[in-house]
Amino acid sequence: MEIKRRDFLKGLASGALLAVAPPALAGSPKKSRLPDALGILYDSTLCVGCQVCMVACKKANNMPDEHYGPQKIWDNPIDLSAKTLNIIKEYENGNGKYKDRKIDGYAFVKRQCMHCVDPSCVSACPASALTKDRKTGIVTYNKDACIGCRYCEIVCPFNIPKFQWEEPFPQIVKCQLCSHLLVKGEIAACCSECPTGASLFGPVKDLLKETGRRQKMTPGKQYDFPISSISSGKTQTHKAARYIPHVYGENEAGGTQVLYLAGMPFNRLGLPELPDRPYTALAENIQHMLYKGMILPIVALGGLIFLVKRTGEKEE
Amino acid sequence: MKEKKPIGGRIFTIPFLICLGIALIALYFLAKRFIFGLGAVTNMNDGYPWGIWIAYDVVVGTAFGCGGYAMALLVYIFNKGEYHPLVRPAIMTSVFGYSLAAVAVFFDIGRYWNMYNIFLPWYANTNSVLLEVALCIAAYCLVLWIEFSPTFVKTEQTKAKLNKVMFIFIALGILLPTMHQSSLGTMMIAAGQKLSPLWWTGLLPLLFLISAITMGYAVVIFESSIATLRYKLADETDILGKLSSIMPWLLGAYLIVRFGDVIVRGHFGLIFKGDLLGNMFILENILLIIPMCLLAVPGNRKNARLLFLSAVSLMLSGGIYRFNCYIIGFNPGTGWHYFPAVPEIFITLGLVSVELMAYLWFIKRLPIYRSA
Repeated sequence: MEIKRRDFLKGLASGALLAVAPPALAGSPKKSRLPDALGILYDSTLCVGCQVCMVACKKANNMPDEHYGPQKIWDNPIDLSAKTLNIIKEYENGNGKYKDRKIDGYAFVKRQCMHCVDPSCVSACPASALTKDRKTGIVTYNKDACIGCRYCEIVCPFNIPKFQWEEPFPQIVKCQLCSHLLVKGEIAACCSECPTGASLFGPVKDLLKETGRRQKMTPGKQYDFPISSISSGKTQTHKAARYIPHVYGENEAGGTQVLYLAGMPFNRLGLPELPDRPYTALAENIQHMLYKGMILPIVALGGLIFLVKRTGEKEE
Repeated sequence: MKEKKPIGGRIFTIPFLICLGIALIALYFLAKRFIFGLGAVTNMNDGYPWGIWIAYDVVVGTAFGCGGYAMALLVYIFNKGEYHPLVRPAIMTSVFGYSLAAVAVFFDIGRYWNMYNIFLPWYANTNSVLLEVALCIAAYCLVLWIEFSPTFVKTEQTKAKLNKVMFIFIALGILLPTMHQSSLGTMMIAAGQKLSPLWWTGLLPLLFLISAITMGYAVVIFESSIATLRYKLADETDILGKLSSIMPWLLGAYLIVRFGDVIVRGHFGLIFKGDLLGNMFILENILLIIPMCLLAVPGNRKNARLLFLSAVSLMLSGGIYRFNCYIIGFNPGTGWHYFPAVPEIFITLGLVSVELMAYLWFIKRLPIYRSA
């Protein structure tokens, strides 16, 4: 009897240790990109900061104006919020004269949902309110499933999902890549309205190829850049900027379907430095190691029932 | 053996009425919350979407509710029947801690009318650590009330029936907290780079599990000491002293994991930076090291006052650890701040008041304690 119990405890302890061991991250394979994934390539060097994409986004998604400061004349949000799904922000340094320069320069950055390859919000949502489309990979929200726990906000490495704090019947709000327009054969509003091609819509595999082409460009030379959508056939000629040799979103947090090119380090533009796996993958691994098929808990329960009954009999 | 019986006495004492007053204020703010939304009464925001309702009411509250779990571990797994008298009061505090955590969740979640979705298989997401926590806490609430039911079930027939199946619930009462208390740690693994490396580690589930057990024992000692003093009950110092002889070992193991982990991950220097996070780390662990040293001396364990102070220190330490993991060590990026709003604090205080009122009513009307 005594040996049995000791063995059981040992089993329990080693099970627990196994489950929480940091190498858990190596457990499951990294999720790969969907072949027909859709996304956006945002090229900071082409962006002129006109904010047309913000206006287009508000119109396309029926979002209200947002005011900052006393003047309530036009929409001027300072960050993403439950009223703003897409925003252009500016980096400025020193006298702010030169575009895409770290010192004495400026640059723009677009923030919106990244539509991750392995989205943390989708992994964390207890009620499957956030789901990733199996074909396009677009991450959408279903308010009828959502319980409003806001765990998606905790786990999103990009701080994208927002909550309607001032509503009695609130929802989570985030960019859904204009899914409602895609079904009509259109493209995301921010890209269709972008005058310079800074926001470019398309299949992610084509967008990734395009990033390769741009990074090989000679700075200062003229090149053709597609606008609106990579397959639109429309192009504009721009002088190529000096790109930094990194595509943000290629691997960040397991990869994203919104990709970034820029002329300065991405952390200057407020994009976080992230490992190439989402942290939710580690949490998921621990969870599955312990609870897959509920085998471990059921075995443990059996052992516990045995011990409890034995103690009870002894007392009687 | 001395019998457990109700303490008796007046219900509407002054402490009870003070609690009632706070609960009524909380009720007013709650009405506001449900009419105008969470933003009307809380300072939570998109950077800090979880405030004290989650960090205190749920994450710390359920740990304070681990007395029943910690005692059951001792009595049934380690076969120490002599601690049996401590089980019933411990189960009672667990019933309160967990039931109120469940209520707090209902106030906190934005779309509370959809709450049942997590029980529907076509909505439940088995990848979600939060789903595991939610289902597990819900199940454990039920189990706790069943474990506690012998105190208020009247007919002998029902009692006999309950007794026959009780072993299943006792076993579940050990399994379920092991599951969700560790998962409360796993939850913050997913927060990744937003949580300071002083707290973020793959070992969060293990640390949360150990801290649940130490906090559980601390609550049992705390609660027994107060009850004994106030209501002149049978002196439990002997048995509490014996109970606390386990603590130095458990706390030592925790500290080895805690510090070993920070050192191995190369963040030891952050502790002594002199900033808020470093200082919170020091505070959290000093409040643990002092009682560990005190309780390591056998003579101290016979001293009711030192036992009580150690318990308070351990509860604080565990509470601060959990606050650090969920709020203070959490930084979503520049520009976000969180400090709870007054109405938000009142709603938490209201819940604690309800808990205290229920405690007073229960011990006076139900057979919880052994009298002197």
